[in-house]
Amino acid sequence: MDPNAENPNIPPQKYLISKKVDDFFFTIYHIYQFILRFFRELFLPPYEFKEIIHQCYEVGVNSLPLISLTGFITGVVFTSQSRPSLANFGATSWIPSLVSIAIVRALAPLVTALIAAGKVGSNMGAELGSMKVTEQIDAMEVSATNPFKYLVVSRVLATTLMIPILVMYTAFVALLGSFLNVHSNEQTSFVMFFSQVFDTLSFLDLFSSSFKSTVFGFTIGIVGCYCGYNSTKGTEGVGKAANSAVVAAMFLIFVEEIVIVSIVNAFR
Amino acid sequence: MVKDQHLIDKNNPVISIKGLRKSFGNLEVLRGVDLEVYKGENLVVLGRSGTGKSVLIKVISGLLLPDQGEVNVLGQEIAELKNRELMELRLKVGFSFQNSALYDSMTVRKNLEFPLVRNSRGLKRSQINNEVESVLDAVGLLQTIEQMPSELSGGQRKRIGIARTLILRPEIMLYDEPTAGLDPITCIEINHLINEVQEKYKTTSIIITHDLTCAKETGDRIAMLLDGQFAIQGTFDEVFASDDLRVQSFYNYNFTQ
Repeated sequence: MDPNAENPNIPPQKYLISKKVDDFFFTIYHIYQFILRFFRELFLPPYEFKEIIHQCYEVGVNSLPLISLTGFITGVVFTSQSRPSLANFGATSWIPSLVSIAIVRALAPLVTALIAAGKVGSNMGAELGSMKVTEQIDAMEVSATNPFKYLVVSRVLATTLMIPILVMYTAFVALLGSFLNVHSNEQTSFVMFFSQVFDTLSFLDLFSSSFKSTVFGFTIGIVGCYCGYNSTKGTEGVGKAANSAVVAAMFLIFVEEIVIVSIVNAFR
Repeated sequence: MVKDQHLIDKNNPVISIKGLRKSFGNLEVLRGVDLEVYKGENLVVLGRSGTGKSVLIKVISGLLLPDQGEVNVLGQEIAELKNRELMELRLKVGFSFQNSALYDSMTVRKNLEFPLVRNSRGLKRSQINNEVESVLDAVGLLQTIEQMPSELSGGQRKRIGIARTLILRPEIMLYDEPTAGLDPITCIEINHLINEVQEKYKTTSIIITHDLTCAKETGDRIAMLLDGQFAIQGTFDEVFASDDLRVQSFYNYNFTQ
């Protein structure tokens, strides 16, 4: 039933197909426009260097404690879970190679991106959503400041730049956790562990991991900002913006993971 | 408060609107609005909630684009302006929001500095501080300079919102429901502030309200928006001497509450 049907002053809304289908395609179109606007504003002056640095700090430094803990636990748990299976074949000496491939190729980018989607993405959705519904974004606009450039470009750029750095850090911390586990069980030295790790990894592994992280970072930023910047309906809208930012970013991260892995495997 | 009518230059309209129409979906909010606002004048736009009063000033400030009609502000046609030109025009058009719209992650000082620093690059720190303190003093809230917006009362937030707008020294001030949600004493203080701003900063103002006391205190002229068009324009006494039943019912409802 048309929500406007009860109000005689408002003629009934006409849809091309149906409300849900129309809304879906309009959303896709709006996201496309949002991304195009990001790239257009990115290269046009004035450049918001101060705000970009501030956002990099927010995304990077403020995520470190959570990322460190998660990375370390991932390394320890993955190593201890892999050991029994490898021990059956007498192949525990392969643990560093196995762990390095798993962490650098898949676990570090995925774990970091998912945590950032939850922490940074929801924060962006809620913050921009709250600014939108309290007219703070309009206030910026009427005081001759481009809110898209100040709020969106700086945040998306920050996630795009900082997530790859966080991924490298997560990989290092996870490998450190793995080393401590290996060292306590097999008395392997630090040098031996890490030389085996680096011998196993190829340039393609490092490149694909960095590329993937950059794509994940861009996705988290753009989705968080899109949801917040376009939120409506008061405080309920702010909650929805934060929630949608996390759910949509996580979904897209998994889709991108599959696509990028398939492409990279074609080059192996 | 007796207002100085000599401030108004009736030969010089700074805002000129002809045949303005604006719709949201299938709902037409403004249905051919015509309006002229003269230099130095305080024009009050009265009307019930949902009649498009706020939409009107959002169109004037370029936050919304008109569907049809001409909106000329300080000699420039809003719909024809490029982004950069619109930004330059906005430096001359201040907008005070209904809920103040203060940046809640910044102190009062940072809130006031924000538009100034971004639009007057090259200012020295001492000049910025002087400007911030000067406008805060003008609204009587210098003591709140290091406070966060969440620590301020509704009336203080409104005053800071007005101060943030004034810091760019606009030629036109747009007030969206300046007294909404405030106690009667604070309403009187805000009305006085609006008149002081007009006198001290020589601004032309449009004040959106449904508060008749605010309209009477601040308005040099009243325009009543009914059914998407201006039903009547004139002084407060002229408007409410009208035989139009819709105008009469608005007046009676407000003053019998």
